[in-house]
Amino acid sequence: MDQIIVQILNGLDKGSAYALIALGLTLIFGTLGVVNFAHGALFMLGSFCAVIMSRILSASHTVIDETRTDFLGNPLKVDVPYVYDWFGEAAGQTIIDWAVPISILFAIPVMIGVGFIMERGLIKHFYKRPHADQILVTFGLAIVLQEVIKYFFGANPIQTPAPEAFTGSLDFGVWLGFDPLTIMYPYWRLVYFLFAALIIAAVFAFLQFTTFGMVVRAGMADRETVGILGIDIDKRFTLMFGIAAAVAGLAGVMYAPIVAPNYHMGMDFLVLSFVVVVVGGMGSLPGAVAAGFLLGILESFASMPWMVDKLPGINQIIIYLVAIIILLTRPRGLMGRKGVMED
Amino acid sequence: MSKSNFTRRGVLKTGALAGAGLTLPTYLRAQDSGFTNAPTGDSVTLGFNVPQTGPYADEGADELRAYELAVEHLNGGGDGGMLNTFSSKVLDGTGIMGKRVDYVTGDTQTKSDAARASARSMIEKDGAVMITGGSSSGVAVAVQALCQEAGVIFMAGLTHSNDTTGKDRKANGFRHFFNSYMSGAALAPVLANAYGTDRKAYHLTADYNWGYTTEEAVRSSTEAMGWETVNAVKTPLTQTDFSSYIAPVLNSGADVLVLNHYGGNMVNSLTNAVQFGLRDAMANGKNFEIVVPLYSRLMARGAGANVKGIYGSTNWHWSLQDEGSQAFVRSFGEKYGFPPSQAAHTCYVQTLLYADAVTRAGSFAPCAVAEALEGYEFDGLGNGPTLYRAEDHQCFKDVLVVRGKENPQSEFDLLEIVEVTPVEQVTYAPDHPQMGGAAATLGTCNNGA
Repeated sequence: MDQIIVQILNGLDKGSAYALIALGLTLIFGTLGVVNFAHGALFMLGSFCAVIMSRILSASHTVIDETRTDFLGNPLKVDVPYVYDWFGEAAGQTIIDWAVPISILFAIPVMIGVGFIMERGLIKHFYKRPHADQILVTFGLAIVLQEVIKYFFGANPIQTPAPEAFTGSLDFGVWLGFDPLTIMYPYWRLVYFLFAALIIAAVFAFLQFTTFGMVVRAGMADRETVGILGIDIDKRFTLMFGIAAAVAGLAGVMYAPIVAPNYHMGMDFLVLSFVVVVVGGMGSLPGAVAAGFLLGILESFASMPWMVDKLPGINQIIIYLVAIIILLTRPRGLMGRKGVMED
Repeated sequence: MSKSNFTRRGVLKTGALAGAGLTLPTYLRAQDSGFTNAPTGDSVTLGFNVPQTGPYADEGADELRAYELAVEHLNGGGDGGMLNTFSSKVLDGTGIMGKRVDYVTGDTQTKSDAARASARSMIEKDGAVMITGGSSSGVAVAVQALCQEAGVIFMAGLTHSNDTTGKDRKANGFRHFFNSYMSGAALAPVLANAYGTDRKAYHLTADYNWGYTTEEAVRSSTEAMGWETVNAVKTPLTQTDFSSYIAPVLNSGADVLVLNHYGGNMVNSLTNAVQFGLRDAMANGKNFEIVVPLYSRLMARGAGANVKGIYGSTNWHWSLQDEGSQAFVRSFGEKYGFPPSQAAHTCYVQTLLYADAVTRAGSFAPCAVAEALEGYEFDGLGNGPTLYRAEDHQCFKDVLVVRGKENPQSEFDLLEIVEVTPVEQVTYAPDHPQMGGAAATLGTCNNGA
């Protein structure tokens, strides 16, 4: 029983990432009709926003320490962060420690801007082209983005730790009456799950309860009629692209302490996120979220040692297996709408 | 009517000369012809096949720096580096046998097929007489086999799997880097000393060639010390989040987690293990411990503070105080501004060893070079007295057991040397079961064309 709870918890945070990426993918597909294979790269860029902010906050000047030597025997050059000079060592250390949460403030405008540039600069030229062309150009863009990141940050993962206050694990099992240390769950993963839930709720509330959201939903349902009513739906859809990019970026920022950012992480998530979108139902926002969590949890279960022992390799194919079963039984996915991608 | 030029005296003379020639070692009778890419001008081309893209690109970049430094030193540039400390004195800074050393580079992408394609291109189009490099055992085994077929020497870079000089050993292939068996043999006594002999280990193993041999080596060494292995789980090489694999560890009855992971896998699995509280946990009344059999400084930098106090092994470390290591660190550090990695060290050394073997053999012919390297004993290259064993073309030398440093003094100061395990402790028979048993052979040396 305890192992089942552990795997459900594990699936929740992985599912949160899938859900956030799939939510953005669905928003873009639902509004602009574009299959965006660069969405995983936006997740990766988000995680590198955390790396960049961490480096900005750790920006240092060099002080020569005559009492110590470097690897060549020269006097040691010690890097002293500017924030130590400005706020004192203790406060400066705390600011650096909280780099990842602070990155959220940095990532939102950056990612909206990146999304805006992507849409206006490249993707809008492909609206009337076949989906295959859109896939090719966005996939190419994803490769360019990851190569740019690799050029500046190298190929190895870059450790970006969570604040000290969130290191360690919550003894979840004790709350449920199990022995101590039976069900441990890292604090940061809990934060990630709550953060994802908040973002998902915020996106839904934005679409549901604001005039802007209402117009966007109307445009998703019938773009032509909304245009006839004199509303410039294209501008709103461009902004939605920016918001979708920001959602993927925020998912990446907060994921940085869970998996050390590397240039390839977007590709790792991209294919799975598309499976999530298809399983959830093309164009369905609730479907994308539900499928994200469902497949995240299933993937966790499939990675349990006794499961891998009985069915070797099941952990690598489970998502695709479930996708096949769901698409055979419900061809439009869990919550797919009639008419989407069916012409 | 025909006239024969054969005379009884002539045949006897020729026979005597041929017999004398055949009794000499190959490298004393080698000719600079009749082998693949025999250098003809005033230069010789070496092929550096390293991962310039892909997950091990940082290791590859450091390897390339080391190769460039080695070429500079061989051609008489810079401060000479380890040429000054090498026990052999035949290299004099005039290239190799008076020929200037040129090089071409290829990108393995850490993929066997890409690595073979780039090696083939360097051999067939660029005329490389020797191929060296690689940062993955899968790549090394594949390129080594190609070099064997093509008739050129392969001087392996960073490859740690037993198979490279075990079941997949080749007559044209040579490895300076240590291997999984040596890691296990060096680590086990240190672990027993630090954590006791009554321990239960749980292995997470990268699901490919290197992972298997490392798990096998560490398991057999630690079990011989009294440890029990409670479980060993294979993890996909592409895995980034190891939480599903880490979470069951604490309730498995294990009190040690062995991460048979390298590169990005290791950074992420170790990070996940620390996040799940394994470093602070108690199991079976003991502190829970984590072990990483193969460490690299580049990897340790990626894992950050998570490596503190964690044991592992390494082929070489820049903090070694011997004359050779210091000379190399000084050359490399002054040229590039940071200390070299173990990948850089082994690649630099392999280039020097190749150049030295050619010079001693008096020939670039692969079989002559191989014969010069087989059974060759040398010193002054950073690992103490070292033997290139003839039976499997594996270098035998001391192995370093290291630990993540608790209080690093700089961004490079991440590992501390806990023990220098003597070579006797990590030496094994050429037909050891982990090395392919009696069936494993080098085959016949191939000179190619």
